[in-house]
Amino acid sequence: MDVLLFRLALILILVATGGFIVYIIKQHKPVYRWSYRILFAGFLCHSLFIAHQYYAMGVAPVLTMKAALSFFSWTIIGIYLIFHIKFRLMVLGSFIAPLAACLMIISSTIPGAEVHVKPIFRSAWLTIHVGTIFVGNGLFAMTFVAAIMYLIQESQIKNKRLGSLYSRLPSLETLDAINYYALMYGFPFLTMGMISGAIYAQYALGSYWRWDPKEVWSLITWLFYAALLHERLAVGWRGRRAAIMTIVAFSILIFTFVGASLWLSDYHSFRSLGGRAGL
Amino acid sequence: MIKILNIGMNHETAPVALRECLAKESANTDLALATIRELACIKEGLFLSTCNRVETLFTTEEVGEAKSAITSLLSRLGGIPEETFSSVLFIYEDMGAVRHIFRVASSLDSMVVGEPQILGQIKDAYYQAIREKTSGVILNRLMHRAFHVAKRVRTETGISDAAVSVSYAAVELAKKIFHDLKGRQVLLIGAGEMAELAARHLLRQGVGSIRVANRTFHRAVQVAEMFQGSPVSYEEISGQLLEVDIVVSSTASPEYVVTREQVKGSLRKRRNRPLFFIDIAVPRDVEPRVNDLDNVYVYDIDDLKGVIQINMAQRQQEAVKAERIVEEEVIKFEKWLNTLEVVPTIISLKEKAESVRQAELKKSLTSLTALSSSQLEMLEKLTLSITEKIINDPILVLKQKADRPTREMYLDIARRLFKLDEDDDEEQHHGSP
Repeated sequence: MDVLLFRLALILILVATGGFIVYIIKQHKPVYRWSYRILFAGFLCHSLFIAHQYYAMGVAPVLTMKAALSFFSWTIIGIYLIFHIKFRLMVLGSFIAPLAACLMIISSTIPGAEVHVKPIFRSAWLTIHVGTIFVGNGLFAMTFVAAIMYLIQESQIKNKRLGSLYSRLPSLETLDAINYYALMYGFPFLTMGMISGAIYAQYALGSYWRWDPKEVWSLITWLFYAALLHERLAVGWRGRRAAIMTIVAFSILIFTFVGASLWLSDYHSFRSLGGRAGL
Repeated sequence: MIKILNIGMNHETAPVALRECLAKESANTDLALATIRELACIKEGLFLSTCNRVETLFTTEEVGEAKSAITSLLSRLGGIPEETFSSVLFIYEDMGAVRHIFRVASSLDSMVVGEPQILGQIKDAYYQAIREKTSGVILNRLMHRAFHVAKRVRTETGISDAAVSVSYAAVELAKKIFHDLKGRQVLLIGAGEMAELAARHLLRQGVGSIRVANRTFHRAVQVAEMFQGSPVSYEEISGQLLEVDIVVSSTASPEYVVTREQVKGSLRKRRNRPLFFIDIAVPRDVEPRVNDLDNVYVYDIDDLKGVIQINMAQRQQEAVKAERIVEEEVIKFEKWLNTLEVVPTIISLKEKAESVRQAELKKSLTSLTALSSSQLEMLEKLTLSITEKIINDPILVLKQKADRPTREMYLDIARRLFKLDEDDDEEQHHGSP
């Protein structure tokens, strides 16, 4: 059941991604509409899969790298669907869907291990911690995609080389606005995620902060986004510089998410979450 | 056998001096149509005269006579001897003429491919022909198909998407930077035809207000009045840079009007809101290095011309698609034209009657079960004779008309009354206005 839903979601997302890529090349609106519907169907399957896992384990399904990547992909698509309502930008899908599809593919290639869920994981705080962090991550993925689109479009206009992407990409103002909105909403989620994590740590481990490498890197990520937000609000940073900074911050976030979890971390690592050592 | 012909000259075949001779007299069209109506060898005719083309589209059965009549008509209208003339004339016949008029209507034959005016001009020419009663069955159908082709080309290809004029290209760029131009502030430095055109385009996009700066304040007041804007003095430009979003500059000043230092100083106070300079002046008004600043974009006249060239190339690509659409429609039209003969019309009339008879017979036979074979035979004979009698008189009329000049009209009416052209949609029924 689980596997079937996951496979179905994966296939639908891949098909939608293909459609979105065809759309950006050929500019056929029906292709876009169908890709969007297929992506939506894939998202529903994926949601069912995640709901089922949550129900089965009693905790957000992020305890293994495989599950975490799939969950990340799910939040990215979810946030894209929400952003689509506000911005109605067709071309956004052509950039977001490949990113989500990549995460899904990586997730599907990692062999699924038997997860032993310790009672300590069955805490509302952990679910809040994970949920908010991932929504934040999804929104930051959106800022990242918007920043890349911005840089492509900006360099075309600045250098007066209006290539084939020029007419397909939206205006600079729109891209900057997407970047800004996603950052504005993403930052509180990241902050909440870190606070709820600290509370959970206090409750489960007896201390708020343990200088675990993942915690340290998360703090660095948070500081980067805080600086970016501050510059935007107080100084009026925007455009190219904000876009470059967004990409840097997102790279650090990805490092924190993947690198710190795999190689550096103590109790945040998936190895220990998987149930043998740690905690 | 009726033939469709098109004789004329356009921007490719004739120099402007010759086209002028014909186009300058606005009464020429009336005169031409009157002549066409008088000429016995020409059945239907239409006269199109714009600054880039002069064409006569007509149908005839005596090709040679009609050709020389039209050529002499053109030479009389322009006051040019026929000898100078004949080398610049193009003559298209039958499907060539159909293809040509489809291409003209879809703006494939225009100097600027994809320009939208030609369709309106060709519609006017057609309505005038209708008023003068020189258009008949074939031209009515042909012109409605031409409008249909033009519509298809416009919606199915991107032939008129990208801007091909400097001021319009500038507006398109502004939209790619600001997304929405509503409420944006524009500063116009200096004045000139192109700058004013750009300002007009910007106003149409809903920009908030236009401020005008000029070396002589008096002139600034004048130009500002034209756009319901406000005049500002030349010395205020630095201060204005803090507030405006788009600057259109076209002064005759030999040195830079806007320098890098000036713009750089304003950026932080502007909170880095984007600033777009459209520099139409030669020599340039805006220091090129301004473009190196973040969130500032400078396009000079050469840059804009570069954009136009790309757009032109794009239009050429789209034109290939458009040519395919034209080809499809030419084939459809040819098919229709071939049915506009007596024998094919009679055949399709008979087929139609027979198919109706068969369908109705089949329907009734499902409820008439207990019939003997002789009764069935009677029923068959009865229905057959009814349908034959009904279409007999129309067929006789059509046969009588076979050699009359009004033949096409009768054929067309017959085809419409009996709905013999299945694929024929609403297109031709909102027919003659």
